[in-house]
Amino acid sequence: MQKWLIFFTVAALLLCAAVVATRFEGNEYFFFAAYVVLQFVVLATGWNVMGGYAGYVNFGAGAFFATGAYTAAALFKAFELSLPLQILAAMTAAGVLGFAVGVLTLRLRGVFFSIATVAVAVIIETAVLNWSYAGGARGMTVLSPDAPEGFATYMRWLFVVMCVLAVLAVAAARYIETSWVGRGLRALRDDEIAAEAAGVPTLRLKLFASTVSGALMGMAGAPYAFYLGFIEPTSVFSLNYAVSALAMPVIGGTASWAGPVLGAVLLASAQQVVSVTVSSELNVLIVGVLLIVFVVAAPHGILGLLRSLRKREPGS
Amino acid sequence: MSGALLEVEGLAKHFGGFAALNGVGFSVGAGERFGIIGPNGSGKSTLMNCVAGALNCDRGAIRFDGADITRHASHRRARLGIARSFQVPRPFASLSVLDNICVPLEYAAKHPGRSQSNLRAQALALLARVSLDNKAQAAAGSLTQVELRKLELARALAAQPRLLILDEAMAGLASAEVDEILDIVLEINAQGVAVIMIEHIMRAIMRFSQRVVCLDAGKIIAEGAPGEVVANAAVRRIYLGA
Repeated sequence: MQKWLIFFTVAALLLCAAVVATRFEGNEYFFFAAYVVLQFVVLATGWNVMGGYAGYVNFGAGAFFATGAYTAAALFKAFELSLPLQILAAMTAAGVLGFAVGVLTLRLRGVFFSIATVAVAVIIETAVLNWSYAGGARGMTVLSPDAPEGFATYMRWLFVVMCVLAVLAVAAARYIETSWVGRGLRALRDDEIAAEAAGVPTLRLKLFASTVSGALMGMAGAPYAFYLGFIEPTSVFSLNYAVSALAMPVIGGTASWAGPVLGAVLLASAQQVVSVTVSSELNVLIVGVLLIVFVVAAPHGILGLLRSLRKREPGS
Repeated sequence: MSGALLEVEGLAKHFGGFAALNGVGFSVGAGERFGIIGPNGSGKSTLMNCVAGALNCDRGAIRFDGADITRHASHRRARLGIARSFQVPRPFASLSVLDNICVPLEYAAKHPGRSQSNLRAQALALLARVSLDNKAQAAAGSLTQVELRKLELARALAAQPRLLILDEAMAGLASAEVDEILDIVLEINAQGVAVIMIEHIMRAIMRFSQRVVCLDAGKIIAEGAPGEVVANAAVRRIYLGA
């Protein structure tokens, strides 16, 4: 209880700081860059629910992100739905996708889920490419509405919205991790047969994790069209999302909710700096190289590294 | 046997063309100590995997406390009161020893969401019962062989079983360690838990079992009191090498 109080106090302080920043920070680029970092916090946190806690690696994060982005954009075009409703719809659509992939693959153990997620990414991209209402391969322009009162630009409002989404995603992941659900997921990740023998309904838990994971990744993509003012398949299905969603938790540490947050903040910030100072083409390369380094040298991520250093200290 | 806790009837299981079980039937009463012996490959573990739900049988029926559980998933059988240990220990390696016990306490004992402090206290009490409470915070993957065996026992107990299946729970242990595990199992049985013990250590089987069956090539070749079964000519020829 006390830990939750600390968590929500820190989250509330961060949200207040974000709102204050929109009043006083003059550089608009700060909000563009911070939005991307927060978007990756949500994406990596969502990925980790299935990939980290349950141990089922999703290679198709881009499909869930895109499902969220396109659902929100299409609903705005059709009904001019408000952003919160777009986000809810995006979560629902991506959650249903996660559930469907789970139903089709999670009765089987091993790599079948991972293989299916690659196939899902290809199928969703093909569908979007042929979806003329959403602009098909040409994409679709989405004019963002006026900024709500109190916000100088719509970008600043989106930044605050993404802050709220990041807090919600991390709180959900933290709840799952520390509850009986998380313990069941970690048990089935370690040994599915033993988990079943201990009474864990492994299929039901995996379906739950797959649905929540999909919904959170879809939530990350929901405001995307407003952020760029344009949405098209090439950028939404970019390799960057699939690789980053996997690499950020692995680099930060998949065992805890803090790992994806740490990985996303470090990597996405580095990407933003490199994009401005060197080249935007280096983004995926940086993530790829760091992923290889961590998989080889620190498979439990930064958090695992810190933990093992702390263990070594008393004896040294 | 009427009023039996577990009834197995005509159980068959094939792996391709190989018949691992071929019409096996037996029953275990509430609180009974039941031993299963037989040479390697005779179908002992397959039989227990079918009873615990890790494998689906091809034919036959399994009833627990009068209810047909033949097609129940493993976790449902655990919730009904069938707990098991594995031939090769299968700890949740990345979880602490304490959390290994919390998993069945939360899931099999049907009380998800109970208070964490209450849960931990119960888990610690179970670990104390198998003298593993001093390792509560250690990673399960770091335990020694005998500690892993004890962890398996404690995890099975946490499910609050009415039937405990021990698949070679003493394999690879020294003589004193065998006695230690056996004492714990006898203590568990004294509280009314029926126990099925698969074991190659005949000393343990003879000391523990009230009734024994011997399997060979997927069939029961002898059944009765331990002394009768080991005196059986077929058992002596096939299993005991006499």
